[in-house]
Amino acid sequence: MSDKEPGPELELALLSGRLWGELAGEPGIAAAVEYDLKGGLVVASSAEGLVALEGLADGQRAVGVEAVAVGAGQLHDIEPKLAKGLAGGVLYPQDAQVMPTLAAAHVVRLARAAGASLRTGCAVTEVLRTGAGAVRGVRTSEGEIHAPAVVNAAGTWGGELAALAGTSLPVLPRRGFVLVTEPLPPRTVRHKVYAADYVADVASDSAALQTSPVVEGTAAGPVLIGASRERVGFDRSFSLPVARALAAGATRLFPFLEGVRAMRGYLGFRPYMPDHLPAIGPDARVPGLFHACGHEGAGIGLATGTGHLIAQVLTGKTSDPDLDLDLDLSPFRPDRFPEEGL
Amino acid sequence: MAEGPHLAVVGAGPAGLAAALAAAARGVRVTLVDSAAEAGGQFYRQPAAALGARRPQALHHQWRTWERLRDGLTAHVARGRITHLSDHHVWFVEGQSDGFTVHALRGPEQEQSVAVRADAVLLATGGYEKVLPFPGWTLPGVVTAGGAQAMLKGGLVLPGRTAVVAGTGPLLMPVAVGLAAAGAGVAALVESAGARDFAGHARTLAAHPAKLAEGARYAAELARHRVRIKAHHTVVAAHGSNRVEAVTVAALDGDGRVWPGTERRIACDTLAVGHGMLPHTDLAEALGCRLDGPGVAVDDEQRTDVPGVWAAGETTGIGGAVLSLAEGRIAGLSIAARLNSRTPEAGSYEAAVKARTGLREFFAVLDTVYAPPAHWTEQVADDTVVCRCEEVPASAIREAAGELGAGDVRTVKLLTRAGMGWCQGRMCGPAVAGLAGCEFQPSRRPFARPVPLGVLAGTDFDRHHTDSTDSTDSTEEGSS
Ligand SMILES: Cc1cc2nc3c(=O)[nH]c(=O)nc-3n(C[C@H](O)[C@H](O)[C@H](O)COP(=O)(O)OP(=O)(O)OC[C@H]3O[C@@H](n4cnc5c(N)ncnc54)[C@H](O)[C@@H]3O)c2cc1C
Ligand SMILES: Cc1cc2nc3c(=O)[nH]c(=O)nc-3n(C[C@H](O)[C@H](O)[C@H](O)COP(=O)(O)OP(=O)(O)OC[C@H]3O[C@@H](n4cnc5c(N)ncnc54)[C@H](O)[C@@H]3O)c2cc1C
Repeated sequence: MSDKEPGPELELALLSGRLWGELAGEPGIAAAVEYDLKGGLVVASSAEGLVALEGLADGQRAVGVEAVAVGAGQLHDIEPKLAKGLAGGVLYPQDAQVMPTLAAAHVVRLARAAGASLRTGCAVTEVLRTGAGAVRGVRTSEGEIHAPAVVNAAGTWGGELAALAGTSLPVLPRRGFVLVTEPLPPRTVRHKVYAADYVADVASDSAALQTSPVVEGTAAGPVLIGASRERVGFDRSFSLPVARALAAGATRLFPFLEGVRAMRGYLGFRPYMPDHLPAIGPDARVPGLFHACGHEGAGIGLATGTGHLIAQVLTGKTSDPDLDLDLDLSPFRPDRFPEEGL
Repeated sequence: MAEGPHLAVVGAGPAGLAAALAAAARGVRVTLVDSAAEAGGQFYRQPAAALGARRPQALHHQWRTWERLRDGLTAHVARGRITHLSDHHVWFVEGQSDGFTVHALRGPEQEQSVAVRADAVLLATGGYEKVLPFPGWTLPGVVTAGGAQAMLKGGLVLPGRTAVVAGTGPLLMPVAVGLAAAGAGVAALVESAGARDFAGHARTLAAHPAKLAEGARYAAELARHRVRIKAHHTVVAAHGSNRVEAVTVAALDGDGRVWPGTERRIACDTLAVGHGMLPHTDLAEALGCRLDGPGVAVDDEQRTDVPGVWAAGETTGIGGAVLSLAEGRIAGLSIAARLNSRTPEAGSYEAAVKARTGLREFFAVLDTVYAPPAHWTEQVADDTVVCRCEEVPASAIREAAGELGAGDVRTVKLLTRAGMGWCQGRMCGPAVAGLAGCEFQPSRRPFARPVPLGVLAGTDFDRHHTDSTDSTDSTEEGSS
């Protein structure tokens, strides 16, 4: 929630946050996926930074986000190990954390229990279409699967899948590194804590490297340190300068981390879209093709809302009074981009 | 210090030492970096005492080789051609446009950072032991083959102790001989490979009479100490309350399954187990070097596919000390030539190349012969801890691969935390892969050692230069 400006993505985030909460309410799920409604804390190091942060928070409150101003004097009451001398911050109690691999595995487990089947190690190599151009299934490395609807949820590879269906989607990889520390005692770092300039980095269009510190603890003990953003294609080589920048940012926020060891680091490729909005919904150019990808650095958080909306579209429901949800998918229209020569 | 090109060698085992000596003798300035207190690596680290009063010929021969290397190192260090940085744990080798920086941690807590600049790097980091789990394997008194070696060194194996040596691979015999020679009773050597496994390879094996003779000498030593060799057997479980008190051993059938009814209990207070070795490849992978199977891929001159980076010894594949020596020598000669823009003269290392070819062939056969029992996972109980760092039981791994649908080791790891602890899966990686029914792949570890964030950030550097770093042109971390 906290890093999103008012607009369609924030609305999707609010919906998704509610749905994560419901999912976590199912027996055993919260513990299994390490769901933690820990709250996000955005801190500003300068007076100007704080003014900008409070301005953002005002806009977010107007659309229903809980945002609590935290004065410089109170910061250490809620986050004791923060650096001294920060100007202040904003606390977002609705920000939640899950362990993504566990969340994916348990959602898949629930889906299987509801009748879905999972085929791993099975790559889609072609999207099958009728003479009229409508989707009729996929060809995979393990044979054909026939269906009148195909959902492209291929994340960073969503552009390639769209191309297999004869259309286009401008998904690009935006590389990110995360450092993982040795385990620390519970609640050493209580919230997802980040510096106000992170919000600007997320919204940036630049391909150049940006790093702004994001620090969060995990149920198992290690602290995760992000976040770098750079568009360098699918380059998997580890970059020491990026790791150094992450460590420098994190130790500025939390000086005690200087003596804590980084055990490992990992890198991933966020599915970047030129306008920072995912593609969700039917593709008007290819009947039967639906997209649910391109969520960049928020695809875990936005997964529940995305899945829910796609399910509604597929089952022909147009509104859900219980959720009081605005089903306007038009900002997420997959065909909103100018056609690149196919 | 402008004279001559500068080589950094990571690892002062047989491969690193042979390379350092060969390069230094040809005018290359060498910095030899190793985490251990003394040079020698896995093999030469073993104490003279372990060789016993009546040293088998083969060991004696290798001891002579070691003395030559050690004296050569001392001489080069005295002349300032080689700087030996002991107790330096390399956590990253950084490739830059104008060379390399080797980043190491030193000090009692490994928190001071040292950076060594070099024109070329040789990775000679050797390998680490592979151990597969079985019920009781976490009991005190159960050690790895290398751990048993360390016990010998510390004088911890007292006469009167009773050990069982078990697992598979060519290291078990020297370990059993070492224990027996130090005065421990060795109740049995339990090897899962059997005579039949060797049968198909008679011709390749016969082409290496020296190696076979080495094995025969170990066998003779074992016979002299009355050590029973139980071939085609496996340890099914270790028993004890506070410490291992006994092991159950069973014969294997033709399919590599435990043969019901053949179980036998053997009393012991020490169990040394090993299932072979795996190459250390972390530094190479972070540099972007290609791997070939589990080891670093190299060409005829021991060059990796990253210009300026060579690799030699067990980091390229497991093959024993003599192969490591040969590869190290080839690498050292190649580096000395290449750093001076020359092509190495083939004649200068013909003998080493011949040794390398033969030994690689020999160890490729051993690698197929010495394999854990095909169905070892059947012996692992659900409550057997597989990842000791994170205390992950076998049941969790089975669940991840079953109910949760994980299809590869990485996903199993993310779902269970197996391999995420202090050792970063070095210990449990092959076991997790086996239990999950996935192919083992060395996991990527960008840092070869845990590194303090203050060191990474560059805020926590040691300001006073040390002698060793001064003399090697090195800069302290973060001083730029
Ligand atoms: C460093 C980093 C930090 C991040 N932090 C956060 C965070 O804090 N919060 C958050 O919400 N998000 C975060 N993200 C973003 C998040 O990981 C992604 O947005 C999310 O994973 C996207 O989910 P997805 O299901 O769309 O795609 P993915 O998770 O990428 O899944 C796509 C799947 O499609 C499969 N696939 C692709 N092509 C084919 C094909 N042809 N045939 C068959 N299968 C195919 C792939 O194998 C893959 O399993 C972060 C990302 C990175 C890199
Ligand atoms: C118990 C045991 C018994 C053996 N018996 C025999 C035998 O009888 N005959 C035989 O031929 N071989 C034997 N071997 C095998 C022999 O020890 C190896 O083949 C040989 O030591 C390999 O040499 P190497 O130089 O490739 O690597 P190693 O000897 O393993 O040396 C690698 C060096 O690199 C250092 N290193 C690794 N990573 C780092 C890092 N990140 N930073 C700093 N330093 C690092 C290590 O400290 C080590 O000193 C035995 C091995 C063991 C474990």
